[in-house]
Amino acid sequence: MSFLGHRSLMYKQGSSHSQDPMLKRDCFEDILEERRNSSDLKYALRCYAPVLYKGVTPCKANMLKNIVLQSDQLHYVINQVSQESGEAPDIIQEEASVILEEMAHRLQISTVRCFAFALSKAFKTLFQHVCVNEEGIQRLQQAIQEHPVVLLPSHRSYMDFLLMSYILYTYDLALPVIAAGMDFMGMKFVGEMLRMSGAFFIRRSFGGDKLYWAVFSEYVKTMLRNGFAPIEFFLEGTRSRTCKSLTPKLGLLNIVIEPFFKGEVFDVNLVPVSISYERILEESLYARELLGVPKPKESTSGLLKARRILSEDYGSIHVYFGQPVSVRSLAQGKVNRSTYNLFPRHIPRKPMEETQSFVNDTAYRIVRLQEDNMVLKPWVLMASLLLQNLEGLELSVLTEQTVWLRGLALSYAAFLDWPDQAPTAKVVSSSLALHRGLACVSGDRVSLVVGEPLGPVTPEEALFNRAVSVLSCASYRNQVLHVFLRPAMLAVAMHTAASSKKNEVYNCFSFLWDMFSNDFILCPGDTDFEEACYLLVKTGAVQMPQQDIVMTDIGQPTLSFFNGLLEPFLQGYQVVCRYLCEEASEGLTEKQYIPAVRSFAVKLILAGSAG
Amino acid sequence: MASNNNSSDRQRIAQQRLSRIAAHLHKHEDGNSGIIAKECKIDATGSTEENKGTVPRKRQEIMKWNGWGYSDSKFLFNKKGQAEFTGKRYRLSGMTLPSLQDWFENTFGASVKHKSPATPVLNASVVPPPRLNEAFVENLKATGIPFSNEAEDRVFRAHGHCLHEIFALREGKKFERVPDMVVWPNCHNDVVKIVELACKHNVCLIPYGGGTSVTSALECPPEETRCIVSLDTSQMNRILWLDENNLVAHVEAGIIGQDLERLLNESGYCTGHEPDSMEFSSLGGWVATRASGMKKNVYGNIEDLVIHIKAVTPRGVIEKSCQGPRTSTGPDIHHFILGSEGTLGVVTEVTMKIRPIPEYQKYGSVVFPKFEAGVACLREVAKQRCAPASIRLMDNKQFHFGHALKPQVSSIFTHFVEGLKKFYITKLKGFDPHQLVVATLLFEGDRERVLQHEKQVYDIAATFGGLAAGEDNGQRGYLLTFVIAYLRDLGMDYCVVAESFETSVPWDRVLDLCQNVKERIIRECKERGVQFQPLTSCRVTQTYDSGACIYFYFAFNYRGLADPVHTYEQVEHAAREEILANGGSLSHHHGVGKLRKEWMKDSISNVGVGMLKSVKEYVDPENIFGNRNLL
Repeated sequence: MSFLGHRSLMYKQGSSHSQDPMLKRDCFEDILEERRNSSDLKYALRCYAPVLYKGVTPCKANMLKNIVLQSDQLHYVINQVSQESGEAPDIIQEEASVILEEMAHRLQISTVRCFAFALSKAFKTLFQHVCVNEEGIQRLQQAIQEHPVVLLPSHRSYMDFLLMSYILYTYDLALPVIAAGMDFMGMKFVGEMLRMSGAFFIRRSFGGDKLYWAVFSEYVKTMLRNGFAPIEFFLEGTRSRTCKSLTPKLGLLNIVIEPFFKGEVFDVNLVPVSISYERILEESLYARELLGVPKPKESTSGLLKARRILSEDYGSIHVYFGQPVSVRSLAQGKVNRSTYNLFPRHIPRKPMEETQSFVNDTAYRIVRLQEDNMVLKPWVLMASLLLQNLEGLELSVLTEQTVWLRGLALSYAAFLDWPDQAPTAKVVSSSLALHRGLACVSGDRVSLVVGEPLGPVTPEEALFNRAVSVLSCASYRNQVLHVFLRPAMLAVAMHTAASSKKNEVYNCFSFLWDMFSNDFILCPGDTDFEEACYLLVKTGAVQMPQQDIVMTDIGQPTLSFFNGLLEPFLQGYQVVCRYLCEEASEGLTEKQYIPAVRSFAVKLILAGSAG
Repeated sequence: MASNNNSSDRQRIAQQRLSRIAAHLHKHEDGNSGIIAKECKIDATGSTEENKGTVPRKRQEIMKWNGWGYSDSKFLFNKKGQAEFTGKRYRLSGMTLPSLQDWFENTFGASVKHKSPATPVLNASVVPPPRLNEAFVENLKATGIPFSNEAEDRVFRAHGHCLHEIFALREGKKFERVPDMVVWPNCHNDVVKIVELACKHNVCLIPYGGGTSVTSALECPPEETRCIVSLDTSQMNRILWLDENNLVAHVEAGIIGQDLERLLNESGYCTGHEPDSMEFSSLGGWVATRASGMKKNVYGNIEDLVIHIKAVTPRGVIEKSCQGPRTSTGPDIHHFILGSEGTLGVVTEVTMKIRPIPEYQKYGSVVFPKFEAGVACLREVAKQRCAPASIRLMDNKQFHFGHALKPQVSSIFTHFVEGLKKFYITKLKGFDPHQLVVATLLFEGDRERVLQHEKQVYDIAATFGGLAAGEDNGQRGYLLTFVIAYLRDLGMDYCVVAESFETSVPWDRVLDLCQNVKERIIRECKERGVQFQPLTSCRVTQTYDSGACIYFYFAFNYRGLADPVHTYEQVEHAAREEILANGGSLSHHHGVGKLRKEWMKDSISNVGVGMLKSVKEYVDPENIFGNRNLL
């Protein structure tokens, strides 16, 4: 494998960064290159001997089930459920066994080899490059031998977990067991294939089902404690349709961290993995889904239809394995493990407040680490600019502003994959070429492409088509949000506060912070404001004399770009508020709510009172 | 002591009976049916009866001033590079241990070429001059109680056997604070006088028993400005009376373990209390630290053995008015004294349970394929409440350590048998030599019952994959505990520092605790720049209904480290944090001293600390017993 020309990814970060002041990123290697030059069959059949946790050979998948079914933890809950329901323990035990059967993976290497072969073929047609940071792989390899490892990839596409397993297989690493949603299991054959490649299936919701929870958590913990394999799940819970990171779900994270608190393992290593797609396979699907076209149910035939996408170019994928995060080090001084000493370890218990907030903080921290190592393409910057100029703008202006934005992004530590040697004009034009489905150049103007179906269209249909292209474009802009989010919130706060008093700006900032905390990854704690100030001051956009915050002479473009960046989100909230004030009736159900807001928005737009 | 030879066994029992009868007769001559009463050895004129105990006033005459145990007994590597144990006192004495050097060099990355010898003699200039309280000295002289302020006596009592203490002695470091004088009371009344004088003249008293503390309990607080008097109880070492009707003995608290057993054995009795330090530790020390003996399964720990305690405090003498076997008279005041670590007063006399010497003793051992299996077996034995007098599980490292102490085999035949055993276990039974562990057993009682008991335990062991591995392995396991402290001195001669520490923990956490503590030690060593892989080893030394006592050994080669003791202390500190986080106790039997004070509040709650403080406040408001242990 050779090094690619991704020099620009290797720049050193000189400034301080809220998460990691010594931020330095690894370089990438393209794992497809070797696939293009040697036999896929040989590759799929080659000797696979991954390093193991503490050198221990993991037990068979069946043995694992037995351990779970015989565990004190499960027996306790079985007896409890039996007492509550009056059902005999044997019957409950049988139930547990059925649940486990439905859930458990049946990892086997032959299936993995099949996948390795098929995916090699697929990836080569779909993508130009699949780039992986090998240093991250080496760190992972080290971590796997020392401690139980939990892989926490970002989730943007169905591709994610196939890709993860594929990469680990390629590097001869232990294949992960993956928590997958039950909907996959509905896919005949494919569900079973996934199961045999290490997926285990969990119901989407099982809130009150004690037995289900017990089987599930004990199954995961057993794999973790025995070092059976790295455990992989998606903190975000589901694929993000917008390419913004979703706020993390804590259930599984709680489960994998608990064995550390209970002293059952010395440490648990959490490995954030950032998977960045230059183009997402589900791109336009997501936009339609967001606009209320129902999500196609996962089915095998659906998958086969998806073959259509095989004929397109999806650019490259970057997979960045972050620094393993030691739960032990994180918890140092935050959680007192000895509080677990006074309660039998096999009895399930709600985590203590201290633990809950630790797990919550950890989850946010990991998602931010995922964001930090997301690779951004030039197109992401261009999309951000295009969305602030929906009427289109001149190619030369776009090019100029992209260069400007690149500088800003870099100074905010964005992980930008900007081709080194190529002249800017070339970079811009090749980005436009790859995303010709989204933007086009006509004459000298660049504008969004709006799908125009043949025949006459209603204004609603036209609006729908327009929305699809805006949303598709937005899913690229959203990728850069985490870089600009905090300074942008400050910019908006300065704008709304209409005052230069620091505390007034801070109040506005806090309001935005609260409002956006479900939209963006805003870590609990009070560091965001400081970080925002620091970043804006650093780039010379604001000055902070004493108790004031004021824009500098050169700050105008930056601040207005930031205001424009958050504008659509603010408008979204405004529309919702207007709906709630003007139209919402009593007894509005959650189900009705979204379509109702959507049609309200359509009405407003068509009436010309919203953008 | 075990014997599979019937005739010699019978002979021994006959001898015991004879000596017991002789003892009975002797007592009758005294005209005191079954009870011997003794008065204080010292009379008003100050003439002293010659002391018959093992420990002389000048301890340094027979014991090392800067290491463990007797001066004549030590390990060394001879010119051929073979280890040998000098002296005549122990089973290993005078033997060469051919495998020890290899084990030592391989385990620690050490070399017999890299010596780190100790300062041979105490340099008087490193000892601060005594700060005497003249009035106290004058009054003390009048009582006729012997005392000394010679540097050697004072230094001997300025320390226990913590690593940092011994290391400092060997390095010849300057002492910050040592006792200013040493007194040797001969009896309870002497102690009463000393404590009265101490209170009168505001002198700080630090009781000193066997000096085997490993908790910095004997260290003089450097901030203490008063005259510090070390109260050495070693001369209070008589059995005052023995009551065969009730099976109790009334003993002066300064007696050391080996003397107590020897004297009781002469009458056909024993206490059965055998802490690993019993050669040197004292009865008063056991009480003051809540000691535990290896045979507690049969005889109980010190709190179970004690019937009556007499102690002298600044408030006066504390004791109960009867010797009823159990009482319901409010909280047991014995439990203020048990574990008080010399902060409240001096234990002077103790009435203790005794038992007839068991007719038969047998060692045994079981090999398990893995530590997990061994722990599961011990747990089952505890569950069925059929633990032998002692049952201990050594991990793999300790098993190899034990083997490194095998003396030169005398005959080819033994060599052959050994080889065969090894072949059987590792090849035929498929035990991995780097995983297998061994449990050592000691059975006591009448012969028939011992054999029955033995079978029961071996049957349980078999269900956990355990294989009986002979008496010899068992006995060697126990030998290790008596020579380990001598071995530490050998290590220190070659740049290896070592220490042991212990805890108690519920059964379900035993495995996790052992593993996590070992891992923590290894990680901390690495982080602190220890260049060589440390030795971390543990054993389960006691079983209880609800948990076990775990004993750790920890050692590393310190070459390349600027301050090995500091590094060592940091690692031990981290290991203790890990123990506590994993559900282990602050201490099972070593005590708290000053070493583990910082964790007391977390261990017993604020209210608990307050209770102890208020007792201290009442009993000793002037902090006469000012060693500052515990609180």
